[in-house]
Amino acid sequence: MLLHDTALIYGRYLRQSLRSRFALLFGVLVPGLLLQLGLFGASFAGFTIIIEQDQGVVERMRVTPVSRLALLLGRVLRDATVFVFQAVLLVLASLVMGLRAPVPGVLIGFAFVALLTVSLASLSYALAMKVRTPQEFGPAINAMTMPMMLLSGLMLPMTLGPRWLDVLSHFVPFRYLVDAVRDAYVGSYATAHMLYGVLVVLAFTALAVTVGTRVFRTAGA
Amino acid sequence: MLTTLLAPTGGAATVAGCDLATDPAGVRRACGYVAQSGGVDPQISVREELVTQGRLYRLAKTQAARRAEELARDLGLTELLDRKAGALSGGQRRRLDIAMALTHRPKVLFLDEPTTGLDPGSRADRWDLIRRLRDEHRTTVFLTTHYLDEADALSDRLVVVDKGTVVAEGTPSALKLRYGGSIDASLQDTFLAITGRSAKPADAAPVAV
Repeated sequence: MLLHDTALIYGRYLRQSLRSRFALLFGVLVPGLLLQLGLFGASFAGFTIIIEQDQGVVERMRVTPVSRLALLLGRVLRDATVFVFQAVLLVLASLVMGLRAPVPGVLIGFAFVALLTVSLASLSYALAMKVRTPQEFGPAINAMTMPMMLLSGLMLPMTLGPRWLDVLSHFVPFRYLVDAVRDAYVGSYATAHMLYGVLVVLAFTALAVTVGTRVFRTAGA
Repeated sequence: MLTTLLAPTGGAATVAGCDLATDPAGVRRACGYVAQSGGVDPQISVREELVTQGRLYRLAKTQAARRAEELARDLGLTELLDRKAGALSGGQRRRLDIAMALTHRPKVLFLDEPTTGLDPGSRADRWDLIRRLRDEHRTTVFLTTHYLDEADALSDRLVVVDKGTVVAEGTPSALKLRYGGSIDASLQDTFLAITGRSAKPADAAPVAV
């Protein structure tokens, strides 16, 4: 009886949400969700390499002449592929639920997800090569991703919050990506947000891949 | 360090004619390395691991496939090619590790304690394999071991490392004569004389070249 009633009431209010607010909400939320997907998924990519370290696979590959950058890029691009695919699913699901966004904007969003995945996964692998145990790795990643997520305005635009929060969030590189993708989803491409977003994501990717490659080249096995 | 896994902290070294500091890529091409932990993914098939390894050494796809078959034949893994690496027995697994390191016919093969934890039968097999590599392929085998009988049986040249420094080197007989007092001295006694210890230390790593 309780189940039945709950389902009934739930259905009623869910339909209401779907009708009225979802289309509106998703314009703000989907860009955030996309980047959140990249943020959390890619940050934990390093776990796989901790397992490989224990098996000696990383060491075995590092004694071959294979390019150090390739050892990193091969892994990172796999992650980017997986997350872009998931992002496509997410956007398709959102379209069904009422998201309306221009095609170029959606494609720009995917590009951001790909670059973000590449950079975060690089840093994640680099960190995993350094710390070596899952016990240290998990908490370290959580300690970094939680503030990044909260301060980036992923969930709601930071401009809605108090002034100090808005200022603080500008020190989180992630913030610029979120703003840029939000602009892309409403079809405004030539904005300052977009320019900053592109610059930040490119710089961040370059930095992260450099750090990652350096670790792969020198890390004690 | 000699396999390029660790950056040298100082000094100079030449491996298979390549300078370690200026030509690490050359060293990597010339060397094979088997770590104690092996280095294969248990979820991947033996064939795939061998082929990938060949590809890492820049063999073309068909060459890598052919080389995988050759290696499997040479090390008695042919029937196991399509099994997952995780489903191999301990001895088979070690043969796979060695096969992986031989992919590019290295001039120098580094083995890190190749017989630690093996039963006597597997250990004898491993010794035969190491001798065969040296005799048939003219491979220089560089191995570390804590077993002095192994060092005695296999090495042409023996280096005793104690607390991070080389304390003696030469043929086993020469070391026995010089430090043990007689060519018939046991390597155990010789070793203790060299290091000046009463009990066998854990970090001694005699090396055979």
